[in-house]
Amino acid sequence: MLAYAVKRIGLGLLILVFVMVVMYAAVFLVPGDPATVALGPRATPELKKLLIERMGLDQPVWWQIVEFFRNALTGNLGYDVWSNRPVSTLVIEALPNTLILGLASLLTALAIGVPLGCLSVMRRGTLADGVIGVLAVSVIAVPSFVVAIYSLLVFAVTLRWLPAIGAGEAGNMASQFKALILPALAIALGWVGYIARMVRASMMEVMGEPHIRTARSFGLPEWKIVSKYALRIAIIPTISLVAVGLGSILSSAVFVEAVFSRPGIGKLITDAVSTRNYPVVMGTVLIMTTIYISITIAADLLIARLDPRVRDVFRG
Amino acid sequence: MSGALAVRDLSVRYETAQGAVHALRHVDIEASPGEVVGIVGESGCGKSTLVTALANLLPANARADGAILYDGVDLAGLDARRQRMLRGDEIALIGQDPMTAFNPVLTIGDQLVDFQHHRRDLGRAEKRARIVAMLGRVGISDAERRMKSYPHELSGGMRQRVAIAAALLTDPGLLIADEPTTALDVTMEAQIIHLLRELRRDYNGIVIVVSHHLGVIAELCDRVYVMYAGEVVEGGDVDAIFHGARHPYTRALLACDPAGFPDRLERLPTIPGSLPSLTVPPTGCVYAPRCERAFAPCGLAEPRPVPLSGSHMARCHAVSA
Amino acid sequence: MSSVAEASLSTPARRRLPMLGALLADPFTCVAIVLVAGFLVTAAFAPWIAPYSPLKIDVLHKLQPPSAAHWFGTDHLGRDLLSRVIYGARTALTIAIVSVAIAGAIGLLLGLIAGYGPRWLDAMLVLTFDSLNSLPMIMFALAIITVLGAGTGTLIVVIAATSFPSYARLIRAQTLALKNSDYILAERLIDASAARIIFIHLLPNVVGPLIILLSMDIPVVIMVEAGLSFLGLGVRPPTPSWGSILYDGYTSIRSAPFMVVFGGLPLVLATLGFTFLGEGLRDYLDPRLQLRRPS
Repeated sequence: MLAYAVKRIGLGLLILVFVMVVMYAAVFLVPGDPATVALGPRATPELKKLLIERMGLDQPVWWQIVEFFRNALTGNLGYDVWSNRPVSTLVIEALPNTLILGLASLLTALAIGVPLGCLSVMRRGTLADGVIGVLAVSVIAVPSFVVAIYSLLVFAVTLRWLPAIGAGEAGNMASQFKALILPALAIALGWVGYIARMVRASMMEVMGEPHIRTARSFGLPEWKIVSKYALRIAIIPTISLVAVGLGSILSSAVFVEAVFSRPGIGKLITDAVSTRNYPVVMGTVLIMTTIYISITIAADLLIARLDPRVRDVFRG
Repeated sequence: MSGALAVRDLSVRYETAQGAVHALRHVDIEASPGEVVGIVGESGCGKSTLVTALANLLPANARADGAILYDGVDLAGLDARRQRMLRGDEIALIGQDPMTAFNPVLTIGDQLVDFQHHRRDLGRAEKRARIVAMLGRVGISDAERRMKSYPHELSGGMRQRVAIAAALLTDPGLLIADEPTTALDVTMEAQIIHLLRELRRDYNGIVIVVSHHLGVIAELCDRVYVMYAGEVVEGGDVDAIFHGARHPYTRALLACDPAGFPDRLERLPTIPGSLPSLTVPPTGCVYAPRCERAFAPCGLAEPRPVPLSGSHMARCHAVSA
Repeated sequence: MSSVAEASLSTPARRRLPMLGALLADPFTCVAIVLVAGFLVTAAFAPWIAPYSPLKIDVLHKLQPPSAAHWFGTDHLGRDLLSRVIYGARTALTIAIVSVAIAGAIGLLLGLIAGYGPRWLDAMLVLTFDSLNSLPMIMFALAIITVLGAGTGTLIVVIAATSFPSYARLIRAQTLALKNSDYILAERLIDASAARIIFIHLLPNVVGPLIILLSMDIPVVIMVEAGLSFLGLGVRPPTPSWGSILYDGYTSIRSAPFMVVFGGLPLVLATLGFTFLGEGLRDYLDPRLQLRRPS
């Protein structure tokens, strides 16, 4: 188990280094220096020189990469080109909003999607099963930011039930919760369909296994067979697929945060991209990639915990 | 409660895309409390379908005709809920393969507690106490610790003991053992047979043992039914069948049993030919195409059961009382 | 081994003929085909269908609600929204088809190289595919946009770069399975050239599953284009895109809510149409392929 974890983490670190090196290399392969591109053609030479220094562009590329990682290890991700605030502070301010949004979406999607998948299995072949199936594909298809805009129009602008922008007042739980509802539901909707389908598919496989027949032969009620005997096994592949899909929750978050002007990572990085704010983009990409890779590894280890058969393989 | 079992004219067919498969045809079986009844036949003879029908576990594409009377009640006529209430209460099943019979991600104890589902009068602690006692009875030492184990941590023989314990925990009037030793090696098989024989002594319900293994049947059963291609071709006391078989198929089957040969043979004897199609059953006797004694009527008319001495009967045109 | 490979090879070929009939048997796939065909026609004949030029500014008639003259109303610059939506279909489908085709071609090439080439090259390529796959796509995409700057070309690069690894992996797996099948071994025994084996035998067999995967990715790409254009990081104005129409509508959501309604509707219908069509193809050709993730 430990050896496995070490191997996964090692590969993760390798990927991180690889990504940042490629990004730095790309900046220098593209014609035109980033400072000019960012400031526009009419900037004064003094301003350009200042910016080049701030971005560290006067150093050789390899040195910049080494510096970047050395600083990153000490928690220094560089400085915002425009405001000169530390990137790490910007990320730490924005991160909780995004993590809460992602977590709330995922939990909502699980809370609705898993029971729907189970219901589909219990009523397999019926109209209810068919309707759930078609609805699932439909909600998967609809882009989350369109759901976000439509829900903004209906519930915030027209009905005025919920706030349209922001993440709620600092320190006010109720206001923060209200600000979370629409963005979280917009992201969760597609995932409800995805999880329901995954649960149904892997549950149908499990329901054919002999131990389910054993449970049936002891007269266990169908709901208990589905919710305990089958789900415990069927949920394992679902968890790994959800973990792999976390990247798309993150991309949904980027768009949905823009719609609701929610001050999260998505908003931070899109603003930085449109102003060509390299240090902020680099720092945010590094942090988000690290988080994403860590979650994927954690999910793999969680699967090992959930399935006693896999657990013993790792132990022995 | 423990009543008699009477299967009357039971036919089961599976509706498939390739047409109906007639898995069971006009099966009659009797069993009274305290009796151990064996069902024997080669693979594909309908044993499994019979077990599934008795345990009320037929899949959705199966159509059953006839009656399964248990204690005077027709099981086939009950609604799904009443059928479920009987399973794991009056009727218990010991599965074929102990390796896959238990849920791999739940502990043995957890599953055995759940399997006592119908005993609403018992609390969780009482159920666990019963499990410990029962595991001891089927010869599992250190029962407390075993309850915390996952199925894959037990050996095949031990799992089959647990399966037997699970079935006995429900105090069934009808206990069905479906190939209880097939998946085990020879030593384990002997131990499980020994255990089942021992348990018989203080059990007074009906036991149905299904096996393709003649030795298992001979060791465990009072009476036996021989099945071929979905039909019961011969039935009677174990002695009558093993020593005075009348149906040509039973005789051929006994002649092929490797246990019956004192020495090693160059090659095992076989019955020439193969099972008839269950999609289009042959007219006349199902065994006629392979029967060495077949004559004119065999290919034309289905033979009727011929009563012989006692409960002995055979479905064969060549047999007369 | 060889029988499995043969089975998986012979299946699509044997079932290819009644394909359209099988697809049309499912009502949802039928509706999907109609929707997709509608969007393709709209995109192809946009100049003849659109009532106005999508770029003609008429500030006097800005933010007009839907009327007989402007069925979908006008935007904040007085441009006809219906015409912009129609040209938006052209933008969306062009980018989707071009970028998916490029990604498919790269994936096909690298997958064949990895599957057929020497082992060390295979190991390196697989590591690259896995590294790219284990990145959060949106971060990768935004990083590329930062470097290259927003625009249609960048958008195509972003989509191709983020999606080719999964195609390459599929092709590699198929190639490896086929490479060891009996008939390829037989070809090798008679000294057939690598080119002959790849073009005559491998290619026709690996292209089928690739096309399903590509078709299932089209709605995702349409969404990515619209989403990035919504953020101002995709298609540059004034080129009409469903995403930028949504953004224009979003900024005047209180005064002209019809804009987001009409801007989002084609996007929803297109992603639904392409998704259900992809589902139909998948169910028909290879139900074991993975399900689509939400976007």
